[in-house]
Amino acid sequence: MLDELFALTTLIGILHSGVRLATPYLFAALGETFVQRSGVLNQGVDGIMLMGAFFAFYEVFQGYNLWIGVLAALVSGVLMGLLMAIISVTMQGEQRISGIGLYLFGRGLSSLLFKTLIGSVEGVSGFAKMSLPFLSALPGIGYIFFDHNILVYISYLLVPVTWLLINRTTFGLQIRAVGHNPEAADALGVNVNAIRYATLMIGGGLAGVAGASLSIGQLNIFQENMTNGIGFIAVALVYFGNWRAVGVLGGALLFSLVNALQLWVQVLDISIPLDLVVMMPYILTICVLIFTVQKVQRPAVLAKPYERGE
Amino acid sequence: MSARIKKAIPLNRLIESLLPALAVLGALLVGAFLLLLLDVNPFEAYGSLVRGALGNVSGITQTLTTATPLLLVGIGICIAFRCDMFNMGGEGQIIVGALSATALSLTFSDLPSWILLPLTLLAGALAGLVWGGIPGWLKARMAVNETLSTVMMNQIALQLMTFLLQGPMLDPEQIAAGTNIPQSAALPTSVWLVRLVPRTLFHAGAILAVVLAIAVFFFLWRTTIGYRIRAVGKNPHASHYAGISVSRYVILSMALSGMFCGLAGAVEVTGIYHRMIEGLSSGYGFSGIVAALFGKLHPLGVIPASVLFGALLVGADKMQRAMQIPSALVLVLEGLIMLFVVASDLYVRKYSRRRVEDTT
Repeated sequence: MLDELFALTTLIGILHSGVRLATPYLFAALGETFVQRSGVLNQGVDGIMLMGAFFAFYEVFQGYNLWIGVLAALVSGVLMGLLMAIISVTMQGEQRISGIGLYLFGRGLSSLLFKTLIGSVEGVSGFAKMSLPFLSALPGIGYIFFDHNILVYISYLLVPVTWLLINRTTFGLQIRAVGHNPEAADALGVNVNAIRYATLMIGGGLAGVAGASLSIGQLNIFQENMTNGIGFIAVALVYFGNWRAVGVLGGALLFSLVNALQLWVQVLDISIPLDLVVMMPYILTICVLIFTVQKVQRPAVLAKPYERGE
Repeated sequence: MSARIKKAIPLNRLIESLLPALAVLGALLVGAFLLLLLDVNPFEAYGSLVRGALGNVSGITQTLTTATPLLLVGIGICIAFRCDMFNMGGEGQIIVGALSATALSLTFSDLPSWILLPLTLLAGALAGLVWGGIPGWLKARMAVNETLSTVMMNQIALQLMTFLLQGPMLDPEQIAAGTNIPQSAALPTSVWLVRLVPRTLFHAGAILAVVLAIAVFFFLWRTTIGYRIRAVGKNPHASHYAGISVSRYVILSMALSGMFCGLAGAVEVTGIYHRMIEGLSSGYGFSGIVAALFGKLHPLGVIPASVLFGALLVGADKMQRAMQIPSALVLVLEGLIMLFVVASDLYVRKYSRRRVEDTT
């Protein structure tokens, strides 16, 4: 009986962590969904996240309001997206390379700023838990879904918002057109490059907030390279989610549950070597990529710069 | 009209050949601006960097020692890139290469040097070959994005290393002393690479790397297999219709690319540390990519490029010690150089279109 109770609380604990841990993946991958639907591949998400994580942390560390931190992350992300747009859209740079360039730049700059402006690993008090009234009182489910900080709720709200924006607005139609057939979109008067600038800035901003959700939402510290490749996994999640918001949500949850499981394996001191357990999400990413080959929703011109014919 | 074009071409060519240098200059300028924002005098910082890398014998030998793994990784990146594959997995391939080289030489430490050393290097190369070949196979057979899969393979290699160095491969002396610093036992002296300059770290791996760079040049441009790799990279559809097995060359190019990165790991172990340590590959997988791009994805171009980036890494390390400017500045500069190089491609494409592709 006691064992069973223990197992149930463990399960609830894992699900609770899983819901919470999905947040950075959701922000980053939903942002990247906009980008890829418009036919651009931004593999520099991890670098943008690190910039966002740093600036959010820095503002809060300076004593500013947590929302100023989120705003700083958003702005730094938008600027990184703008940089990517200039290189990949206007200058038509090869997107796999420019993405990695952006990643190195973001990773380096966030470390440089951290080392010069802060120096050592410090903690801040990030977003506190905001238990939703009534809902959080539900047995089990309340704790799993409605006992998180506000960034977690926002990240989940972003799923229907992304779906609506992409599927039910003119802007979304333009994004899809530009990603599917830029020549036709151009002929109908859609400014292909302007749309791609917009999606890269949206994607960048959300990646920045994803970083903030780590540094002032989950971990409440900043460390060099603290994302550990979450940004790359987020790019993979867009493939996995078949370029749809709901699919991305499924992928993010799958990942965060594996992560939560891994954390609980550590907590419960189960005798599996820790390092092998930490490998799981990365092995899972590769498996996930294997099983998501060539789906219908894939933007037809992904990673191809658009050049107007003469 | 035609006279104007003829006149224009040499100028375009001149600018084109200067583009990488301009990219570095641009990156240094942006870097200087960032340093100013951080209240650091950029002239002093860059001065300290250059003095540290090239100011004395110690700096120069360190630069060349650091350039060695960059060159090996860089030529690997070239092979993959010529097949239109982007190997981001240098970091992981270096790690598995170093791990298996260490394991082999410790296991067969009684063998004579002339057989153990080649075997050790081969073990590193083979491990890298497998670690790079897997993403290649995934790409060829399952259409898995190779950038993402290689990044994941890096993380897996990193965890594998931590696991092995804290358990099965942990130095018995560390266990005995109870310090448990995660590193392997020291390699037998029979596999230590010869030091080229006494009392420095500069080792024979540098010669090996240069020889291999030249060999890869001949491989890519003077053999059928090399030609096919490049053909697949230029146009997979045309290659397919010409009877070339596209997927075979995709896998081969990634496997070879991983092989050179794995070898780089083995060379680091046998040339410098003489044991496997954590942090053996301090970002060489990424710096090697930048060096390869800077060397225009040409094995011979990577030779000077790797020296340049070796100098940058060594200089930044010295700068960090002398002036407390974080060496993360190098990552910023590398990222910017990559962005500028890739942006300048537009110029190359726009203005050199009329020119027939030369043999390179």
